Amino acid sequence: MSAMLRNHWDGLLEQRWLLPVLLAIGFVLAFAIPEYNLLNKYVQLVLMYVGINIILAVSLNLVNGYMGEFSLAHAGFMAVGAYTAALLTMKVLPIAAYPGLFPLAVLAGGLAAAFMGLIVAVPSFKVRGDYLAIITLAFLMIVKSVIENIDYIGGPRGIPGIKRLTTLPWVFFWVVVSVWAVRNFVYSKYGRGVLSIREDEIASDLMSVNTRRVKFLAFMTSSFFAGIAGALFAHLLQFISPRVFDIIKTTDILIMVYLGGIASIGGSILGATLYTGLMEILRPSTVAGLLSWLPEMIFDPLNEYFIRHLGVWRMVIMPLLLVLVMLYWPRGMMGLREFRGFIPRRDREAHHRLKTLEKQGTP
Amino acid sequence: MSDGIVYWLQQILNALQLGSIYALIALGYTMVYGILTMINFAHGDVFMIGAFFCFLAATALGLSFAPTLLLTMLGAALLGVVIERLAYKPLRNAPRVSAIITALGVGLFLENFTLALAPYPKHIPPLLENVTWNLGGVSVSSLQVIIIFLSLGLMIVLDYVVHRTPVGMAMRAISWDKTFVPLMGIPVNLIISITFAIGAGLAGAAGTMYALAYPVIDPYMGIMVGWKAFISAVVGGIGNIRGAMIGAFILGGVEIMVAAFFPSTYRDFVAFTLLLLLIVIRPYGILGQPRIQKV
Amino acid sequence: MTLLEATKVRHFFGGLCAVGDFNLDLHAGELMGIIGPNGAGKTTVFNLITGVYQASEGSIRFKGTELVGKTPHQITALRIGRTFQNIRLFRDLSVLDNVRIAHYAQSNYSPLEALLQIGRYRREEERIIENSQRLLSIFKLETLAGETAKNLPYGMQRRLEIARALAIGPELLLLDEPAAGMNPNEIDQLMEFIQWIRQEFKLTLLLIEHQMKLVMGICERIKVLDFGETLAEGPPEAIQNDPKVLEAYLGEGPIG
Ligand SMILES: Nc1ncnc2c1ncn2[C@@H]1O[C@H](COP(=O)(O)OP(=O)(O)O)[C@@H](O)[C@H]1O
Ligand SMILES: [Mg+2]
Repeated sequence: MSAMLRNHWDGLLEQRWLLPVLLAIGFVLAFAIPEYNLLNKYVQLVLMYVGINIILAVSLNLVNGYMGEFSLAHAGFMAVGAYTAALLTMKVLPIAAYPGLFPLAVLAGGLAAAFMGLIVAVPSFKVRGDYLAIITLAFLMIVKSVIENIDYIGGPRGIPGIKRLTTLPWVFFWVVVSVWAVRNFVYSKYGRGVLSIREDEIASDLMSVNTRRVKFLAFMTSSFFAGIAGALFAHLLQFISPRVFDIIKTTDILIMVYLGGIASIGGSILGATLYTGLMEILRPSTVAGLLSWLPEMIFDPLNEYFIRHLGVWRMVIMPLLLVLVMLYWPRGMMGLREFRGFIPRRDREAHHRLKTLEKQGTP
Repeated sequence: MSDGIVYWLQQILNALQLGSIYALIALGYTMVYGILTMINFAHGDVFMIGAFFCFLAATALGLSFAPTLLLTMLGAALLGVVIERLAYKPLRNAPRVSAIITALGVGLFLENFTLALAPYPKHIPPLLENVTWNLGGVSVSSLQVIIIFLSLGLMIVLDYVVHRTPVGMAMRAISWDKTFVPLMGIPVNLIISITFAIGAGLAGAAGTMYALAYPVIDPYMGIMVGWKAFISAVVGGIGNIRGAMIGAFILGGVEIMVAAFFPSTYRDFVAFTLLLLLIVIRPYGILGQPRIQKV
Repeated sequence: MTLLEATKVRHFFGGLCAVGDFNLDLHAGELMGIIGPNGAGKTTVFNLITGVYQASEGSIRFKGTELVGKTPHQITALRIGRTFQNIRLFRDLSVLDNVRIAHYAQSNYSPLEALLQIGRYRREEERIIENSQRLLSIFKLETLAGETAKNLPYGMQRRLEIARALAIGPELLLLDEPAAGMNPNEIDQLMEFIQWIRQEFKLTLLLIEHQMKLVMGICERIKVLDFGETLAEGPPEAIQNDPKVLEAYLGEGPIG
């Protein structure tokens, strides 16, 4: 029975029309949800944060999962993107007159972050592992320090009053673009180069992989999308400050990546969705809302002793969950595995064509 | 003495105080790294818990300095061992990064658990009568003297333990070779537990001293201090115990000097830029050995 | 025609002279063996040729191009392939990916074409897969394309390493102790196999080996290294009877 379902499912995946149709439905929903308030405002907001976190996790996975480095700089790239875009929409671009210029600001944020990624890639030529981790940490701290010391961009107080230009369709669009780009990258010779660096950099070099070029590309792609996410984030939160992009933010993204699983796009999507979703679901107001159907006799004590305190305790539950996941799945839930839908057909077939032939008895 | 010299001496004293605290924490990072090649990101939070143990011992139990310090070190050591047994040991053969992420998780857990129980910053009562002497214009507080000498004392004891006792020999043997040492009858698990106990105990001591020097403590205090201590360990050459001490005093010195000459907001900028340069120039730290990759 | 030429190459590790005054003149199409006791500097010679280490002195030329100063991937892209004494596969990757990765320099599309999946991307990817599958079936690994490399038995891992080295499209192939860990029967097969790929891929071969049976059986010329110095060089028969070699290396007498 389940085999039949699986065959069915596989058959469905092979349909060329499937992807465009899914994307079209996605876009229609992304436009319709805010337009007709199909979901309440709070859920819409959460959806947008989920999307932004997916972009962050998928892009960080490129460096930390596929390449096997331990970069702590992601929040720094995010900050660069956020500040660049926010300054553009507030001080440079005539956004009030032409709101259509917003994507330009987002793109600029991504490019600025990608440029920074280029800089961080240089030390990675010589330094690896823990020492590279420290370099990325230093980069994060330096970005934060620099922002704190420039009065023009608000210094430690940050920038308030950013226009809320990030919308569900834009978030959806960038999620699709980032997933698509990272997936295409990973299943190209450059992506395989990245994987081989994780496995054995010297052997990789000796198998003709231009490791420097590949590292450049990985860091740039990764930081580009961190910048995009930062730009979207700034125009959703409507306020940024250096403290928003500190090591705790990086830690959040790290958790999503490793929870979901290294070297897996599907894993990062899963990790980001679960982490963001659980954090929201465990809010006192959400839990109270979800349980409000209970009779007062049960609800009131539950509320008094448990739900009201969730605001803090959810922050205790989440790391505990992370530790448990790590103990049971040390590589994360989807570590080194991928949803079939993300694997290009050519790749799937090349890995399995001959194997199935063998099963049918033809050598 | 001239004003200039007095000023410098004062700064050096401050640097020694900060450096000692970094050093005590850095030792824990470096010992664990040496033996398991694992970055124990929860270590900064063990330091924080140490400060809270100190608070409890001083307020709830009303103890004086010496028993408070002892109790804090013991409590932190126990915590270190428990964390290792529950969270890290099952991951010893897993990819390295799993243990690192687990450590991050444990650290977050410690922070937020403490926050849940103690939502507001706590004030540490003065456990020591603080006398300030004036030595030729340089003001020296008894607290500073105690912190510096106690830390140095602990470091000397540790250095002796690691280099001169059987336990220390076993530690160094394990960090040297992980495949064959277990076959030589060395009780690896016990040695690892001892390593965690010592490292965490030292972090507990650092927590106590930090709490006395800066008497307002909060659950997130371990993050930055922890990272700085970790950086000290890296600067000195991670895995190298004497290197960690040297790195800590260098970092303490750099931070104090930067604060003395630049606006305080530049402190992190300069400190981290220096760190960056150092790693690029000497990627294995001051006393670390480059690992040869045989092909 | 000289394919690979090394003149007066020396290499030091700290104070240790691992290779001292190494000279080589390898002709196109030749099959040459390097033998010598452990620590003689044989692997280091391979590492110097492939750019893992930079020679302290001397020059190494491949088809007239100076190799000293080039990075490993530049040298590999000139079509010099190699295997390793201790297997260095990409352990967590599939068998197919191990071979595909080695096509990096021989495939030709830009990062942008990869990101957008346009232009040469498709054609090149298909060519890479085709060639990889051809190599895998030559090595009888085709049914294991989707298997993770580390799950293969030892012998297959050795074969996969050679397949991967061939994927870079080498004119010169360096094999570092290909028969290590094999039984006499397997060594016979390996000898035949080396001869076969040599013809099939028009290879020039340089191999390091301790198994005298293999070295004496297939090499046309043998070079004996000891303490980084060349002790002797010549055809197998001459080496087998060279008193210097007998004394320093073979010890118990000729093997054959
Ligand atoms: N990366 C390195 N660093 C220091 N010494 C090395 C390194 N690689 C090899 N050596 C030394 O160089 C000498 C030659 O080694 P190698 O070329 O591996 O010998 P062979 O392959 O002939 O057994 C040995 O003494 C070895 O210890
Ligand atoms: Mg060798």
